[in-house]
Amino acid sequence: MNAQHQPTGSAYFIAKETAKAENHTLSVLVDNEPGVLARVIGLFSGRGYNIESLTVSETEHQAHLSRITIVTRGTPHVLEQIKSQLERIVPVHRVVDLTVRAHELGQERALERELALIKVSGTGESRVEALRLADAFRAQVIDANTEHFVFEITGKVSKVDQFIAIMKPLGLIEVCRTGIAAMNRGPQGM
Amino acid sequence: MTNPQTTNAPTDPDNQMTGAAIVLQALKDNGVEHIFGYPGGAVLPIYDEIFQQDDIQHILVRHEQGAGHMAEGYARSTGKVGVMLVTSGPGATNAVTPLQDALMDSIPLVCLSGQVPTSLIGSDAFQECDTVGITRPCTKHNWLVKDVNDLARIIHEAFRVASSGRPGPVVVDIPKDVQFATGTYTPPSASETAKTYHPKARNNGDAIAQAVELMRHAKRPVIYSGGGVVNSGPEASQLLRELVEQSNFPITSTLMGLGSYPASGANWLGMLGMHGTYEANMAMHDCDVMVCIGARFDDRITGRLNAFSPNSKKIHIDIDPSSINKTVHVDIPIIGDVGTVLEDMVRLWRAGSKSVDKTAINPWWDSIREWRARKSLSYKSNNDVIMPQYAIQRLYELTKHRDTYITTEVGQHQMWAAQFYGFEQPNRWMTSGGLGTMGYGFPAAIGVQVAHPESLVIDIAGDASIQMCIQEMACAVQYNLPVKIFILNNQYMGMVRQWQQLLHGNRLSNSYTEAMPDFVKLAEAYGGMGIRCEKPGDLDEAITRMIDTPVPVIFDCRVANLTNCFPMIPSGKAHNEMLLPDEATDDAVANAIDAKGRQLV
Repeated sequence: MNAQHQPTGSAYFIAKETAKAENHTLSVLVDNEPGVLARVIGLFSGRGYNIESLTVSETEHQAHLSRITIVTRGTPHVLEQIKSQLERIVPVHRVVDLTVRAHELGQERALERELALIKVSGTGESRVEALRLADAFRAQVIDANTEHFVFEITGKVSKVDQFIAIMKPLGLIEVCRTGIAAMNRGPQGM
Repeated sequence: MTNPQTTNAPTDPDNQMTGAAIVLQALKDNGVEHIFGYPGGAVLPIYDEIFQQDDIQHILVRHEQGAGHMAEGYARSTGKVGVMLVTSGPGATNAVTPLQDALMDSIPLVCLSGQVPTSLIGSDAFQECDTVGITRPCTKHNWLVKDVNDLARIIHEAFRVASSGRPGPVVVDIPKDVQFATGTYTPPSASETAKTYHPKARNNGDAIAQAVELMRHAKRPVIYSGGGVVNSGPEASQLLRELVEQSNFPITSTLMGLGSYPASGANWLGMLGMHGTYEANMAMHDCDVMVCIGARFDDRITGRLNAFSPNSKKIHIDIDPSSINKTVHVDIPIIGDVGTVLEDMVRLWRAGSKSVDKTAINPWWDSIREWRARKSLSYKSNNDVIMPQYAIQRLYELTKHRDTYITTEVGQHQMWAAQFYGFEQPNRWMTSGGLGTMGYGFPAAIGVQVAHPESLVIDIAGDASIQMCIQEMACAVQYNLPVKIFILNNQYMGMVRQWQQLLHGNRLSNSYTEAMPDFVKLAEAYGGMGIRCEKPGDLDEAITRMIDTPVPVIFDCRVANLTNCFPMIPSGKAHNEMLLPDEATDDAVANAIDAKGRQLV
């Protein structure tokens, strides 16, 4: 994998990585052309970096620009490499480490939200309980009949995680999550 | 590459032509004179165009890998972009090795590949492969051209991406129907360039001033230069020489950077790294200021990373920001073209040279002289068999006054060539450094010979490596390219065997070259000439005969079979834990890796 995982630089003497890994959220602005996502994720798999979450969509239709939001995990040194390696990709316009930027702004982290669709099936008491909890979490019912609900929930990852965990005993059937959309607080753009 | 003034205006007023004609016109407008290629179904329209023109010479190879390495050798010896042309499917997959080779050694290379017609893409058509998918990780960038009207722009862009910033390989994949279709040709000057790819020229003023300040107060400085100096152009090498002369700093270089500073120069320490000299590696280990210029702290250079130059402040000049802090933390990163940065550096050094205490580094030079006295490249001479080091030394002595270019394959012979052949100029040394591609040297030599038809081009080879692209003998003979292949024949994959001796309990698994061809007869079978030499006393005469022969020559130099390549930093050891030739007894070799290390093997 990466040389940084073997501080000796030799397969004959493998040493453990000691630096601590952190989660960072990267925003990558790219030309929306065929293969651009493959270039980005190929870089992550090829160099042994992690992807915890990935979201991509065209954000400026006229300019054909897409914004990719990646949550990745690594030591500060690896995170710096990831950013530099991303910047080498020809259709990549800009890479911003939102987590670093947030720290610069004196905040703990950037704004990060996720949307999830959650299908819960059941009758009787558990059904009532599911609806009551959904209300508490401000999840919306977007589809229902007498035996199921589909909830739409938006929020921080931890909130979505928690909601899903609570729904599990109440008849959780299916989950679909979008991955994280993120940007920094304040008036400036990325 | 592109110069709007010299662009030939296409004769057709509307600039309408077929895709295949656009390819040829775009190549011409980008200054291409030679392309290396192999025809096939999906590139027939382009070959048809090649047949009908005389401006660009096509060199027919015998395997697409050969085309790629030829283009690499051509590029590295001229500073121009190398161009290869291959067909779809197997043509493209065979190009993968040279593409990755060019990526790792930062060689500008444009690979044009044919593709099945757009309507058949994705249908598992005959000779179809996902070329852009396969070559994505081994190129700087690649394109699949779906519209003939994009073709000219993309080819111009391909040349720009390949040659600017940190150079590298690109692929333009052209479906056959796009080659047949008629579209508009736009010359390079009129083509819009991509919005994204603009390698930044950063303002490094402060960093350069800091670096020069650090260098001024250095007591034990060393300059560590690399292939980036060669890539930056001859001016960069000139500036490097000037910086060394002004500062009187000792200088070492990576395998890729040989020739930027002359091997005959007073401050030259020899190559560093795994098979570098004792003085170079000790200087790197003990220095207090390291100036890394256009090199990338490769694992073959650093040895054990956590013991690499532990007490130095490091300055790193590189055009690629991702090279900074990749494996080694540096104190002063300078991102930019080596030539531009060196220009500022030399100017600043000059401006403050009066305040520098020139004697401050004298004790450091005394240490270096002591290390030099260890004569780490020495070997036991022999009157009965040719020592491989001796063969390189004689080759050097007999060719150094000529206009000579050297290429190599990969292995022991490559290291001996780097250690014993003295390079005085950049662009004279073509070798596969990053990828370590056996089979690189011979086609690369052909590419060099195409660019420099009057020069002496020698591929220093091993008996195993040369067999990986030997088919290009037919190419050399066809185009009267009198390339010389100088094989250090020890009947082993020498470097593999050396590692097996050192690290795998002397179990020589599959490293003996059985069923060796008769290289003299092989040369003759191809229409070249073969020379065999077995005695040290015959060597000079034989080498002279090789040089004077105006056809391709395979020189079968039978050398001592079991010689190993020293000095050596065994894998996972530090620079100051080198194995020197006089210490490399069988016992020392067997114990080079301690018991703990062997368990990890």
